[in-house]
Parts: sequence; structure tokens; C-alpha cells
Amino acid sequence: MIVLRLALQSLRARWLTALLSVLAIAFSVMLLLGVEKVRNGARQSFADTISGTDLIVGARSGGVQLLLYSVFRIGNATNNMTWQSAREIAALPDVAWTVPMSLGDSHRGFRVLGTTPDFFAHYRYRGDQKLALFEGLVFSDVFEAVIGADVATALGYEIGDSIVIGHGLGSVSFLDHGDKPFRVAGILQKTGTPVDRTVIVGLDAIEAIHVDWQQGAPVPGQRVSAEDVRKMDLTPQSVTAMLVGLNSRLAVFRVQRAVNEYAAEPLSAILPGAALQELWGLVGIAETALAVVSAMVVVTAILGMVTMILTTLNERRREMAILRSVGARPATVLGLLATEAGVLTLAGAVLGTGLLYAVLATARPWIDRAYGLSLPLSAPTSWELTTLSGIVVAGVVAGLGPAFLAYRRSLADGMTVRV
Amino acid sequence: MSAVRFTWPGQPRFRLSIDRFEVVKGERVLLLGPSGGGKSTLLSLLAGIVSPQTGQVDVLGTNIAKLPGAARDRFRAEHFGIIFQMFNLLPYGTVTDNVLLPLSFSQQRRANVAANGTAADEAARLLLRLGLPGDEIACHRASSLSVGQQQRVAAARALIGRPEIIVADEPTSSLDRAWQKEFLDLLFEEIEVAGATLIMVSHDETLAELFTRCVRLDDIATIGRGAP
Repeated sequence: MIVLRLALQSLRARWLTALLSVLAIAFSVMLLLGVEKVRNGARQSFADTISGTDLIVGARSGGVQLLLYSVFRIGNATNNMTWQSAREIAALPDVAWTVPMSLGDSHRGFRVLGTTPDFFAHYRYRGDQKLALFEGLVFSDVFEAVIGADVATALGYEIGDSIVIGHGLGSVSFLDHGDKPFRVAGILQKTGTPVDRTVIVGLDAIEAIHVDWQQGAPVPGQRVSAEDVRKMDLTPQSVTAMLVGLNSRLAVFRVQRAVNEYAAEPLSAILPGAALQELWGLVGIAETALAVVSAMVVVTAILGMVTMILTTLNERRREMAILRSVGARPATVLGLLATEAGVLTLAGAVLGTGLLYAVLATARPWIDRAYGLSLPLSAPTSWELTTLSGIVVAGVVAGLGPAFLAYRRSLADGMTVRV
Repeated sequence: MSAVRFTWPGQPRFRLSIDRFEVVKGERVLLLGPSGGGKSTLLSLLAGIVSPQTGQVDVLGTNIAKLPGAARDRFRAEHFGIIFQMFNLLPYGTVTDNVLLPLSFSQQRRANVAANGTAADEAARLLLRLGLPGDEIACHRASSLSVGQQQRVAAARALIGRPEIIVADEPTSSLDRAWQKEFLDLLFEEIEVAGATLIMVSHDETLAELFTRCVRLDDIATIGRGAP
């Protein structure tokens, strides 16, 4: 008992260095667990980008590509699908709803999505969450737009502002639809999905701004004013892709096959979940890199602690010699130092976990708002507990090195305590 | 001690050989020799902190040179009280904890103490006998004591539980002359009461008269220096 008490007193006498080691370990543990939490959160958020949609249909291409341009608005469609096909698929008996999407224009670097108001009813993210308006209303007029949260923040738009859609996808458009400006009717709440970076207008609006264009350029001398265009039939000729919801999920492969074998034109239907998994597989390398980096941080912290113990070892030679002189066995000396390392790592692990949860609890809403990353505040997972105990064991094992050295030295010191 | 040959690991140039050295139970032996002359090495061998390469070290009928390391440590805990030149105490521990430390390693000494009361009482008694009123300083940190006080606490620690042999390595060299005398008187008194044997090394010949026997290191040991 006295030995243990003296060991604690010895630690207390070196409280500053001990505290620093504990903090170093705490921060590294916090980082490791934090990275893991963010990793899972990112994976979850990514997988939650789109839900509630059973199939995505577009011109024939690979699943990842179709997902990229239809959901993530990255890259271009290889081709469009005709409005005729879209209507026929919508009429299939298993299909409950369809949301056509028309892409290809942009507004100051943000993609413009032409769709129907059904988009707001059927698009789901993060489980079963619906898009919600932060302010304003869903577009009701041809020349009204709903903008994502990032668009509003980045460009400082408010309800009622007038925006001009540029033709094509560059951040600076040389051709724009300046004759037919849009009014911002609504701003969406932050979702953490690509919707945040999208300007959403009606499908008819896309048709309207291109009514006097041919082959990617305005037809000279044939201007149709915004007023005239309202009276025209704005049924599109084609759309880029289509979200499809089914009456029963069991029908998903039947409908997928029907679309893939559609005779009139080559089409593809993909399952968003499967395509997201495939895409995450590509992004996953970064995930592994993150895990490796945080593991190295923990190793560094443990090395730091060993260094701390090693540097104090010299000043503790006296302590070791005295313990040896009163008959402390090698096991006692070894045990003392290993216990010390264990206590330090344990304290660090507990403190780090506590800090992480404290930070999570306070910063969660903010992280969600700023990055659209939902980090669940759940009890430590078995992975986390295993990792934590692994770290403590590693600490004890790392402490055995200096402990062994201390014992060897105390042998060599003999009776003379050289300080 | 007979036919002992010893070199420190990693220092093959320094060799200590002792053909024969005996101490009778109850003796107070002063071991004289110049600094760096192998006195501390001799004490380390006696107390079993190090083991000779060849030869015998018989203590109380046990050849501790043959004992494995852990057993030597236990033997030392049971039978030896050791006082260093200085830095005897764990500076952050209280005086009482420092005095009681040997008891956590030795059953025999625990039993000896328990026969006469509690360990804390015995510590206080020893401290009082050595001129340190227990209740005043018992809870102080060892580092807050003067050097003279520290040496007396060290003596109390060496004496607690009545070990058979007290080994002291120049315990008075950090004290001034007046203190030296007083310290040794107190130490001898207690050793007398406990019936212990004292082996003390020093380079100070003026202390010789206080001991029952005085031995010069040169007479019992050969120190080899230079290439082995």
C-alpha cells in the first residue's frame, strides 16, 4: 500500500509533465475517435444523400455516372431521354411516382435543376427527411426559382432577388438567358446534400428559356419575350434523368429490367443505394488514409509518454535505488513504472473520450448546419471500446521499456546513488 | 566473504578481489579507505545489490552470491537496513511513509514491529529516539527536512523492524562535525538496543574510536585497475 501511495505521490510531484502526457494522449484519443466519428458520419451522410427513391432512370450509361450527374450534379449526361419514354415509364403499373429532372444550365457555377414540384414531395435524404423551405415558397410561376442553402449563402440571395440563368455549365457563362430573369421564390434549409448547391426551377422554365434557342445558341432575329412564352406549350421534348418511386420495393428489379430493356431508346435504371456504395468504394481510399493518420497520431502520443517517462527516469534513479535498497524486487520496480504508464494512458483515454463527447454535444448542431454532417451522439461503439483498451494496453507495454531500463540502471548503480 | 572476485558490468578495468573478510554478529565495524577505493562496491556485494562473478558471500548462514536476483532482494529486505551517504529519502513522501517503506517488503520486519504495537507507533518511537519529535514532523514531506534530519529519518528507516545488519555508506559525510558525533551516538544507541551488526564505510579515520573494530580496505581487498 505504501509503495502504491508513494508511486502516486511521485506522480503528483511530477504533475506538470504527467498532466502534459495525459493531455497529449487525451487529444490523440479524441482525434482518433473523432476521425472515426466523422468518417462514419460522412459515410452515413453520403449514403443518405438520396433515399426514398427506388430507381434513377437516365440515358444508358454506367450506374456511377448516372448517379454523379443526376444526384451529385457532377459531370454531364451522355444523352437525354425523350419525354415520351419518361411518360411511358411513369405509366408502368409498378411505378407510384416519377420526378423528371432536366440539367445542363447553371447559375454562377451552381447547377440549375429543372423539375416539377413533385421533387419537393418525393426527394428524401437522411432516412426519411423531406426538403424544407428555410424561407419563401416553392415556385408557382414559370420564372420563379428555389435555391439551395449554399447558393443563398455564397451569393447572398434573398427572397425576391432576380437571377439570370447562364447557358451551359461554366462558372462564367458567355451566353445567358438574360431576357428571361428568374425571381427567387424560396430558399431551402441546409441538407448536407448536393441540393444545397442547386438552383431549382420548373421543368417548364427550362423549356421556356430555350424556346428561341437552337443547337446551343439563340436564333438570330427570333426573340420570344418572357410574356409571350407563358402562352406557349412548355411540355419538354426530353429530360436528363428521372427519379422513380415504386408501389412496392419488391418490384424494383422487375421495373429495372423493363427500363434496361426498353425498346424505343437505350436507357439505364439504377438502384441509388447500390450506386452510392459503388461510388463510396472509390472515395473510400481517403477514408482509409484518415484512419491511418489518426492511428499514427496515437502512436506519437504514446511515444511522447514513453519519452516523458524516460526523461524523468534519470531524476528517479534515486527513487529506484532507494526502493531497491529496502528490498523492492525487480517486479515491483517494473510494476511501478508500467502501472504509471497504464494510469497515464487510462487517464488520457478517459479524458479524451470525455472531451470528444463534450465537443460533440456542443458542436453537433453547428457541424450539421455548416457541413451537413450528422454526427450521432451515441454510446461508445464496441469498436471504440476495443480501440480504447488497445491504447491502454499499448501504453502499459510501451511503459515496460523504460521500466526495464530503470531496473537495469538500478542494478548498475549499486549502493552509490549517482544523481 | 571469501575468494570474491567482482567487476562492474561494462567496466572491466576495475576489479575488486577479497580473499577473506569476516564480521562477527553484534560487531560495529568501520571500513576505512580513500574515495573511489571500492568501499561502496564492497557494501553492494555485502547487501546483495550486486553479485560477485566468483566467490562466496555468506550472510547469516546463507550464501547470497548463489541466490537468484529476486531472492537476494527479498533477503536484503528481511535482514538489512541501509543508509546512504545522502538522498536517502523519497522526497515527495511523508516522513512516516519513508520510515515505514521497508515493512512493505519484509514479512519478518513487519512481524517484529507488530509484536510491540502498531507500525506508526514504532516509527514515531524511533524518530523520537533519534531526536525527531514524531508528531511535529511525521506528516512533513521528506524534502522539507534539513540534511541532518533526513539522515536521522534514514536511520529510523534502516532500523525499523530490527533487521540484523545495518549497512551505512558514509552516512555522516554530508553532516558537519558536531552533527556527525551526535548522529552516530544516536545510531549506536539504537543498534545496541536492537542487537544489530553495523558495517559502515568512511574515509574519515577520526571516527575509528567509536567502533569495536576498524578495517582498512587495503588490508582485505585488492583493487585491480587497468587492462584485465
